Amino acid sequence: MAEPQEFDVTDEQQELRAGLRRFAERAHDETVLRALIDTGEGYDRALWARLGGELGALALAVPEELGGAGGTCVDQAVAAEELGAALVTGPLLGTVGLAVPALVAAPASAARDALLPELAEGTRTAALVAPLTVPYDAATAAAVSADDGRLTGTVDHVPDAAAADVLLVAAAGPDGPVLAAVDQGTAGVTVTPRGSLDLTRRIARVDLDGAPATVLATGDDADRALRHAFRTAGALLAAEQTGIAQRLLDLTVGYAKERLQFGRPIGSFQAVKHRCADMLVGVEHARTTALHAAWSVASGVDDPDLAVSIAQATCSEVCYRVAADTVQLHGGIGFTWEHPAHLYYKRAVADAALLGSAEAHRERIAAAVLDALDAGAVPAPKVATG
Amino acid sequence: MSSPPTTDTDTDTERVADATRAVVAAHDPRTAPRAELFGALYDAGLAWVHHPEGLGGLGLSRGLQAVVDGIVTDAGGPRMFAVNPIGYGMGAPTVVEYAPDREQAAAWLRPMATCEEIWCQLFSEPGAGSDVAGLATSAVRDGDEWVLNGQKVWTTLAHVARWGMVVARTDPDRPKHRGLTYFVIDMEQPGVEVRPLRQMTGQAEFNEVYLHDARVPDAHRLGEVGAGWRVAITTLMNERTAIGGVTGRRGSGVIAEALGLWAEHPDRHTPVLRDRLARLWTRAEAHRLTLARARRTATAGQPGPEGSVSKLVGAELNQEVYEFCMDLLGPDALLYDDWTMHRADGGGRVHADPGSTLQQRFLRSRANTIEGGTSEVMRNILGERVLGLPGEPRSDSDRPWKEVPRG
Ligand SMILES: Cc1cc2nc3c(=O)[nH]c(=O)nc-3n(C[C@H](O)[C@H](O)[C@H](O)COP(=O)(O)OP(=O)(O)OC[C@H]3O[C@@H](n4cnc5c(N)ncnc54)[C@H](O)[C@@H]3O)c2cc1C
Repeated sequence: MAEPQEFDVTDEQQELRAGLRRFAERAHDETVLRALIDTGEGYDRALWARLGGELGALALAVPEELGGAGGTCVDQAVAAEELGAALVTGPLLGTVGLAVPALVAAPASAARDALLPELAEGTRTAALVAPLTVPYDAATAAAVSADDGRLTGTVDHVPDAAAADVLLVAAAGPDGPVLAAVDQGTAGVTVTPRGSLDLTRRIARVDLDGAPATVLATGDDADRALRHAFRTAGALLAAEQTGIAQRLLDLTVGYAKERLQFGRPIGSFQAVKHRCADMLVGVEHARTTALHAAWSVASGVDDPDLAVSIAQATCSEVCYRVAADTVQLHGGIGFTWEHPAHLYYKRAVADAALLGSAEAHRERIAAAVLDALDAGAVPAPKVATG
Repeated sequence: MSSPPTTDTDTDTERVADATRAVVAAHDPRTAPRAELFGALYDAGLAWVHHPEGLGGLGLSRGLQAVVDGIVTDAGGPRMFAVNPIGYGMGAPTVVEYAPDREQAAAWLRPMATCEEIWCQLFSEPGAGSDVAGLATSAVRDGDEWVLNGQKVWTTLAHVARWGMVVARTDPDRPKHRGLTYFVIDMEQPGVEVRPLRQMTGQAEFNEVYLHDARVPDAHRLGEVGAGWRVAITTLMNERTAIGGVTGRRGSGVIAEALGLWAEHPDRHTPVLRDRLARLWTRAEAHRLTLARARRTATAGQPGPEGSVSKLVGAELNQEVYEFCMDLLGPDALLYDDWTMHRADGGGRVHADPGSTLQQRFLRSRANTIEGGTSEVMRNILGERVLGLPGEPRSDSDRPWKEVPRG
């Protein structure tokens, strides 16, 4: 049988999607979500362990020999879309988006090989301590210094840090970047929760004061691991944004069919219908670019960094727009605390800021595409009809 | 984790590519006469790979047509769509589905594919544009023939067309969608008068067409009497897909023009224009990838209303790209003095004329959100037919057409 091509959906991916949707409906509905938001940790460890163990949703892109399911970033993206659609709480971005791919790409070591299966199983959790509101670049490891295995420095706005058992830290050592691991609770590690706009994913400040850590990679190895982590997280974040946008489109369209004003469903008003049509167009583009990014990360086809920037620039804008329009089209009820729209809206705001804004990614696109232009090499214009 | 999906498309891809390469080897696309090359592609089932065998196809998925087009254009060949867009994109699927018999279908399709016979679409009328089903042109039966009277408008390529797809009213006493019948009319017969209509670019791609007792044999009727709306929907759905659905390489198509200008004018770069171009480029890429995704999942059947997504996006993107280009050029964009009237050359290529200027293309792009259905109508279709939102309340669907106010 043929190898899957880009945009094919395998039977297994369809089953995965359906399985996760059922799980979210039964074990993580809105009531559960709202209850978890009010707890200290903000998520349920038992539920997280089920996601890893029973459902295998945390380790889809981890090779089998490292304790994973041996799938690809595309498989993991399918999961991210579904978990995003239900706003499933827990350190997904920190653990699955960032820490796991960093470890997968790091050189083999006893520490790495012990940690990875635990994260995959959901028995431990992790976060990546690095500036996570800008795209990966030379400054990513600059805030923390690594000196003889001891970490010193401060990084603010780190998602999932408070919920993490292990902190992977991007640091600057004497020979270039360093990727190191330190357990929460170790002397010299202070994690201070910050109030977060996104109620479903918490951020914290991490202060490191000579904390003793295990070095996992240095120099080019560390750079490669971190770059892979940011890429993968970018593709998975885009998939999450797609899942959110699709869920909100469905919610809004359903409401527009039922809500009556002036004696007719509001969806029959053109101003409403057209906004829904634009949401649909956005969701289609989000899905395509997110899939393409995951595919590119998985297969190396296309330039993965460019593909991820295309996805991030597209999905951040679409997801935010769709969330804002969801509030608008629900009218007053959409502005209440009781209605779920605000939970999604806040996630959309946070997702758009994480790993680089749409503008930051467009700047990357401009650098890759526009600055490389050679006037003579551009194909002659072709004018399209329609 | 990833198990292969159940598809045999990759063997089909190879088969189509091999067959195309064989045709290209035997008829060099740069030198062979157009009709010879296109005729060979038709005979090999490569004109429309999703058509049945013997009608220019191989019964494969429609997405594979891109494989053929890619190989032919890479070898320097023209695209049938560029020369005979209305026949190729909209006439063909309508004929395949509704021609009275296979012989008639083949008789129309081969010269359509070779571009020896150009087709046009006589739907719009002065009183019926977005609301095509409200049209007034009448068709009255006379023995084995129908006699048509009325006026059509905005008819692209009518002046060079051999055949026209025409929708006419055969029963004014029924509600508007139910009194229509669809015909293929010979544009070269007496009683068909074509007058050029000049457009804001100065050129004339389209025309007014007057029908005075123009006769159509009943054998050139597509579909049942009174069922013309269904047939018209086939044409319109394919129109959207054809218009919105041309994929190329990354950075090709209309966005290439903006990239070229950007590279030529470093003196005009500003951060704001840079962000605008990066945004347009990103949207163009999302559009291109979405078309590729649609192609990957396309079947042999009719395109669905999703074609309206690409039509809508493509049209609005074209306009914004040209607006960007004009802004980038600054005051120089205002210098333009060639308002001579060009007509399509029979290749149907006025607006793709390599000699056209940026200003002409900019002006031409204003039509993109009107032709083939306005953006407002596309959004209605997406809202109602894809998302299932309720329609506007209507006063016209159940009344006899002749009682509905028009103007
Ligand atoms: C370059 C070009 C080539 C063309 N080629 C052909 C051709 O070859 N054959 C052919 O038959 N036709 C052709 N057309 C006609 C084209 O399909 C019509 O112009 C188009 O469908 C709009 O109809 P109209 O011009 O009558 O505008 P109208 O329908 O009168 O629309 C006027 C305005 O009202 C809006 N409007 C109308 N109805 C609604 C609604 N229900 N909801 C919201 N807004 C609405 C429209 O969006 C538009 O903004 C061509 C047009 C152009 C510009």
